[in-house]
Amino acid sequence: MKFSVTVVLKKDVLDPQGKVVQNTLNNLGMSDLKSVRQGKFFEIEIDEQDQKKAEIKVDGMCKKLLVNLIIEDYKINKL
Amino acid sequence: MKSSVIVFPGSNCDRDIAKALEKMQFKNQMVWHKETDLPKSDLIVIPGGFSYGDYLRSGAIAGKSLIIEEVIKAANSGCLVLGICNGFQILTETGLLKGTLLRNKNLKFINKDINIKVINNQTRFTSKYKLNQILKINIAHNEGNYFTNSTHLNELKNENLIAFKYCDEKGNINNQSNPNGAMDNIAGIFNSKKNILGMMPHPERMVDKFISNTDGVNLFSSILH
Repeated sequence: MKFSVTVVLKKDVLDPQGKVVQNTLNNLGMSDLKSVRQGKFFEIEIDEQDQKKAEIKVDGMCKKLLVNLIIEDYKINKL
Repeated sequence: MKSSVIVFPGSNCDRDIAKALEKMQFKNQMVWHKETDLPKSDLIVIPGGFSYGDYLRSGAIAGKSLIIEEVIKAANSGCLVLGICNGFQILTETGLLKGTLLRNKNLKFINKDINIKVINNQTRFTSKYKLNQILKINIAHNEGNYFTNSTHLNELKNENLIAFKYCDEKGNINNQSNPNGAMDNIAGIFNSKKNILGMMPHPERMVDKFISNTDGVNLFSSILH
């Protein structure tokens, strides 16, 4: 079973990389741009047939390693 | 006094700190991260560098390595633990120190000598310094922008757990003297028991006047006494 995990900085955490990307897009003429936040994306394949069990496992991976819960939020989606 | 320096793939200040410890008369041992036995030590140092190439987040992979479980056990039983630069980042990833280190606000790797002020000199790491003493110490990092939640920030202030703050030559602590955007100009913090210190500046680079200055010496002599 395959899942995607998207990790983004929490709303109140400054994202200087996202800001620079935003400024550059602005410079390229995309003036209607409201905001850009940069994050990380993981594709995880897991040997488990039961979707609920698999999701719990992926969630555990996020909490243990993939995400720093102090500054980041995450979303898990089945692919 | 016995010290252990933990070495990860990508550590690059491990030999600098070993030299500094030996100069200060510590009996030092290097410990590879795959070891599961930690030699009996009075001080454990997690050195600077780029453990695992900063993959995922700085310090994230090293923070889950085999030897780290032993470091956590030793720290919880009162052993002194010093994390410098990447070592500080690793300590936050293990949970031994709270908060985290974000990318520098200006998005640049900063390598220069800056000033820091001693905020608490009543600890095993800082007793040989004077309160509010201004030190000149090198920093060299890309992620040194200390960040934590407001509850923990209050705890740091109320329990006197801030070790050092960035300042200018005259000791002013403000935005101009903050090199990386760290909250409240924080350069180093203690855990609540004050047996763990994490700091971004490199005291091991300041133990010899021929290459720099000796502002780092008192950190090691504090530990010795």
